[in-house]
Amino acid sequence: MKPLLFTLKAEPDQRLDLSLLTPDRLVGRSAKEIEGISIGTTRETVTVGDLFKVRLGEATSVRFDGGSDRFDLLGAKLLPGFEIHVEGDVGAQLGRSAKGGTITVAGDAGPYAASQSAGALIDIYGDAGDFLGGPLAGEIPGMSGGRVIVRGSVGARCGDRLRRGIIIVEGDAGDDLGSRAIAGTIIVLGEAGERIGYLNKRASIVLSEQRALGPTYVDCGAHNLGFAKLFAKSLAPESRGASRLLSGRLQRFAGDTAVYGKGEILVPA
Amino acid sequence: MPPLIRKGIRIDESFAEAFPMTGSGVVVTAPTRKWALQAATTMTGYATSVIGCDCEAGIDCELTARETPDGRPGVRVLLFGFSPKSVEKALVNRIGQCVLTCPGSAVFSAFDGEAKIKVGDSMRQFGDKWQISKAIDGRRYWRVPVMDGEFLVESQVGLTKKSVGGGNLLIMGEDWASTMRATEAAVEAVHATPDAIAPFPGGVVRSGSKVGSKYKGMGASTNDAYCPTLRGATDSALDADIGCVLEIVIDGLTSEAVAAAMRAGIKAIVALGPKTGAKRVGAGNYGGKLGPFHYHLKDLV
Repeated sequence: MKPLLFTLKAEPDQRLDLSLLTPDRLVGRSAKEIEGISIGTTRETVTVGDLFKVRLGEATSVRFDGGSDRFDLLGAKLLPGFEIHVEGDVGAQLGRSAKGGTITVAGDAGPYAASQSAGALIDIYGDAGDFLGGPLAGEIPGMSGGRVIVRGSVGARCGDRLRRGIIIVEGDAGDDLGSRAIAGTIIVLGEAGERIGYLNKRASIVLSEQRALGPTYVDCGAHNLGFAKLFAKSLAPESRGASRLLSGRLQRFAGDTAVYGKGEILVPA
Repeated sequence: MPPLIRKGIRIDESFAEAFPMTGSGVVVTAPTRKWALQAATTMTGYATSVIGCDCEAGIDCELTARETPDGRPGVRVLLFGFSPKSVEKALVNRIGQCVLTCPGSAVFSAFDGEAKIKVGDSMRQFGDKWQISKAIDGRRYWRVPVMDGEFLVESQVGLTKKSVGGGNLLIMGEDWASTMRATEAAVEAVHATPDAIAPFPGGVVRSGSKVGSKYKGMGASTNDAYCPTLRGATDSALDADIGCVLEIVIDGLTSEAVAAAMRAGIKAIVALGPKTGAKRVGAGNYGGKLGPFHYHLKDLV
């Protein structure tokens, strides 16, 4: 069956809060009811009907034809078993606090994508902004589960305060990759910026090439790690590059010893 | 009723009586097949019968590198006991002493089951705070640093209360060699059956027991009705042409697995024929009052 379809009529003239347009919240609603939902964020009221042509479809799946970097909070608090596809770009906080489900974005995502996501599989075919998976200001933990794959590059502080889950960046990562990470796994297939794993407590950061890591990471030698093989097998369907990287022998640098120091940076040996 | 004869082998009008058990299982992997088998063999040692051991355990099957979670050769081990608590204790002790210590090994849950046993969760402290937890696909693993690298162990292992223990076949032949030929063929067939193990040495018991004894305080003693050297002296169950009896005891994760293993065993014995193999197949029971599972041989041929 076809998904519930939102076709974008024109570029929005203000930032939109699309958190109400997840399939789990739209179950059983008529097209008219959906068109009446207010999605504006300013004093000018904007409803779904003003911007989108709505076509009803399958209850578990939503598709957006056309995107914009003003599409904020898309897929927020998504529940397991539901899916969203966006044929275009999205704005800030994609999949914010999602509990599960699948979100695919054909274009780019803004900052705070997968922020505090707790279990969703989020696949971004373009680039993603800063603070991928990170907490908003004042929040303690970042992403706490699920999987995020960015086919392009990400901005600064990717995986900030990551607590659990896996982030795969197939392109490059900005500065402070995995900063303040509590635990979890971050894999970068391209190049990473400065201060990798800054104040990393227990997370595993996997890089595709050897590089200088500063004095707070200590060399623990090259090993065949069992868990890496397990991850390689699990990640193979989603990212063959990440799977290949984890299949090989890895040099382990333990750190960040400036803090707890039970984390690690792994690079091909 | 005429006796049931298949290809010249007599099948007793009897049934195996089996009991409910708690079962658990792990997949043990290693860099090579040799060391995966070594770990599995060591952890299933001294686990023939719950009468005297902490559990009944055995190797279910070998797994190729393609079939294991971490892409290395592995072995599926099943472990049975009378209560979830005893199974948990036996499994944790055995993995701690026999698999953690075995070079290159890693441990994964063999099935999900209705409940969980904390395996990695109770073994992680061996890492003395250097252990690292990793979660993927809804499962959690512990990486415990050891002298040859890391011991990877799944935090929890599945447990099922639907297991059955005590399915059995009594294989009777003219002499030791021919009876053993039939028994070995049957054991091979039981091994090939998924979710079932034969926990005794090489899958075979030669000292079948009866309930009770002439001595005070002994709960079980030799099954004299099936001892060929007592054939004339006791109320024997053996015919004139039987000079040796061997038994296969089968534990399975499900009642269906036990039935399938017994069926496969009988089929292998029958296929061998009475000239090279056994002349008669029976089954052990206690009159049908003790165990709720009855496997009638006539239903399995």
